[in-house]
Amino acid sequence: MTKIKTQYNRRSFLKVSVAAGGGMLIGFSWLTGSASVVNSQQVSVPNEWFDINGYIKIANTGMVTIYSPNPEIGQNVRTSMPMIVAEELDVDWKNVVVEQAPLNTGFYQNQFAGGSLSIRLSWNALRMAGATGRRMLLEAAAKEWQLPVSNLSVSNGIIKDKNSNKIITYGEIATKAVGIEIPKEIELKEPKDFKLISTSVKNVDGLKIVTGKPLFGLDFKRDGMQFAMIQHPPAFGMKVKDFNEEEIKGMPGVKDAFIIDISIPEPGAFDEKGFLQLIVIVGESTWQLMKAKKAIKANWEVVSALESSKTHVEQLEEALERGKVQQERKDGNPDAAFKNAAKVIERTYSAPFIAHNTMEPMNFFANVTENEAELIGPIQTPKALEESVAKLLDMPVEKVTVNMTRMGGGFGRRLYVHFGLEAAAISKKIGSPVKLIYTREDDMSQGTYKPAYSSIYKAGLDENNNLIAFSVRGTGLPESPVFPNRFPAGTVENYSAEKIEGKTNITTGAWRAPSSNFTAGAEQSFIDEVAELAGKDPIDFRLELFDRAIKNPVGEKNDYDAERYSGVLKLVKEKSNWGETKPGVYRGVAAYFCHSTYVAEVIDLVMENGEPKVKKVWCAVDCGIVVNIDAAKNMIQGGVIDGIGHAMYSQLTFTEGATNEMNFDRYKLIRHSQAPEDIEVFFVKSEIAPTGLGEPGLPPAVGAIANALYKATDVRYYHQPFMFYKPIVG
Amino acid sequence: MPTYKLSINNKKYSVDVDEDTPLLWVLRDHLDLVGTKYGCGIGQCGACTVHFNGTAVRSCLLAVSVIGNSKITTIEGLSANGDHPVQKAWLEHDVPQCGYCQCGQIMNAAALLKTNPNPSDEDINVAMNGNICRCGTYIRIKQAIKTASKL
Repeated sequence: MTKIKTQYNRRSFLKVSVAAGGGMLIGFSWLTGSASVVNSQQVSVPNEWFDINGYIKIANTGMVTIYSPNPEIGQNVRTSMPMIVAEELDVDWKNVVVEQAPLNTGFYQNQFAGGSLSIRLSWNALRMAGATGRRMLLEAAAKEWQLPVSNLSVSNGIIKDKNSNKIITYGEIATKAVGIEIPKEIELKEPKDFKLISTSVKNVDGLKIVTGKPLFGLDFKRDGMQFAMIQHPPAFGMKVKDFNEEEIKGMPGVKDAFIIDISIPEPGAFDEKGFLQLIVIVGESTWQLMKAKKAIKANWEVVSALESSKTHVEQLEEALERGKVQQERKDGNPDAAFKNAAKVIERTYSAPFIAHNTMEPMNFFANVTENEAELIGPIQTPKALEESVAKLLDMPVEKVTVNMTRMGGGFGRRLYVHFGLEAAAISKKIGSPVKLIYTREDDMSQGTYKPAYSSIYKAGLDENNNLIAFSVRGTGLPESPVFPNRFPAGTVENYSAEKIEGKTNITTGAWRAPSSNFTAGAEQSFIDEVAELAGKDPIDFRLELFDRAIKNPVGEKNDYDAERYSGVLKLVKEKSNWGETKPGVYRGVAAYFCHSTYVAEVIDLVMENGEPKVKKVWCAVDCGIVVNIDAAKNMIQGGVIDGIGHAMYSQLTFTEGATNEMNFDRYKLIRHSQAPEDIEVFFVKSEIAPTGLGEPGLPPAVGAIANALYKATDVRYYHQPFMFYKPIVG
Repeated sequence: MPTYKLSINNKKYSVDVDEDTPLLWVLRDHLDLVGTKYGCGIGQCGACTVHFNGTAVRSCLLAVSVIGNSKITTIEGLSANGDHPVQKAWLEHDVPQCGYCQCGQIMNAAALLKTNPNPSDEDINVAMNGNICRCGTYIRIKQAIKTASKL
């Protein structure tokens, strides 16, 4: 068994207490939708709950509440995090109820949803919480029976004396466990002994979702709450001067109208940089506010450039040709190697700005009083919100509480906290609880978009078609997408990676698999073209390169493990029966490593009525231990569809600082008829601690679809979105 | 403000709202039936799908004044205990990721199966194309509709 030191601080010791009635502990339990219903079975309502260690509460009936600390954005951590606790606690999953924990920086760690990090960063803490609970319950039973702990065993929440077969349940002993001192060291299970982890457990909120129970921020309501809407300037580069305040205030259902300012001292990475002053209207119903919003007549002033897509494209081209280059990595002598190469190929790739477009638009509830601020809603970074609200209201951070609702999608959009600050500013101004709601148009035109990118790739082959030189130079608005130490770094003798920063006043930020979402597609379609130039099979060509990196890697700072990388390629090759050809079926392959996870994908595509249609996708994934198998497959399938969808159809374009796309009539998202017919997912069996899953499925899909499209159309696709890009043939 | 008498999920409701108020906002703001979701407000995403005399419609485009005596069913009234075949199939296939669009998907799928009990892939694509799932659960939705057609 693995032994680890427990890491409970003083505050968590204080949490070990008897909590009668259940409600006492959970002051944040504001919705009936907060607790899960497991297996839709009605468990008898316990009359006493015992708080074991802040993650776990056990009732006298044996029912167990496990708090899920992190925000739920659809990555299913509300099921997988408690599964990890339940595994080590050793309870029957049927008796588990899940509740969302509040933001509590003194107790939980890393309460955010981003970077595919929830499980990876909390793996040990969750196991520790479960194992500590198990140990304390065992000690309580041992004390009760006057036996050494070593005489006892536990399974599914039932403690047994190995010699007498005497038993006691967790529910029966929980009251005594509360008095046990938290152990300084505990034993964790060996992965081979897992009973729950690496099985398929259904979403704990499944029944609530399919019956339409209130779960999301937009569903939250409190008595006396007002609704609010904002109107931001019509273009990036503009600022509000004034508006027809009196006229708006006189409209039906409108209670107030004013301008707020959400500027704060020393803004952080998750604070708004675009529209800091906004027109606000407050009223009693969403529809009346929507009508009043349309009647707003405002004067705007131009404060910086009004950018357009045409100039964005020119800016990217200009940067790649003449921008200030930062050399990020250089191995060997790329210039000389390109000169000596028998064949040289150079290609330029680009991708536009895109919006997150979570299906639930931005919204937040705030109740700001003189001394306190309460915020409830969909947020990926509750801690950042808490800190920024404290700054905005000039209030000690302890006086700000943040509670998390389930989110109707995140994809990085809800890392940015401005809508929470806006809600707080509005509540403060009107002196009552308020819920701010964005329209879809607000959401799409006041985004924190995926940056626009462009990169030039260059490769040199010797006379034997070996890759001897490789370079990448990438730029973006505003950031470069280049990862200097990722593949093919380490596999090529002469290698160069260069970055060029760009400038824009369009607000950008993390969008599912930041930079990887572009770089994987560009690099993997380029590698496909290089393999073709070398006359080699695209998978074999990659495997040759990884062989080099396994046996004799170039440089010391390569981000990836070449064995695991080639492992997923070999697995997808086998599962897709690579090499097999079918008339009218076109295949593309790609592999990528990001968020510490390796994914290889093969796409089968056909042409139907002149339109490409993905028939099937095979995915091989190495993400270490898989916590919840079927849910993990769902995550990868979603990533693949997201990757294909955005690469093929989506773009956000600008004219004079304003987005041309404001809603789903013009902004194209992948739909049912365009989705692949089938996606099979295979996980590499592993005992390595779990790594990311929410993002890594997406990036390789962009390369695989580009490569399959090439096979189908004889045209290479360099510029996203592929279906809007009209390549000049010949 | 005029008063409207509505029949929703076989219950009678009375609301005082502007005559152009879309059913979506009547349900969400005035009747606390929040399973019907706001996604786009222009009938492009399907998150607000409800049944209007048994037919799937977008409640964001349906003004309260034109409903009259028509029967409205929302996700809350699709079944008594979440046991409509489509809901059961959704749970069996563990369809949702974020879950936000799923009520609209389910309402549309239930309406489809009523008129076409054994839809082909093509039938499903045509019927469901107006329902966006940003998380990309399309494959599971299709599988769940096929499972539901056998329940």
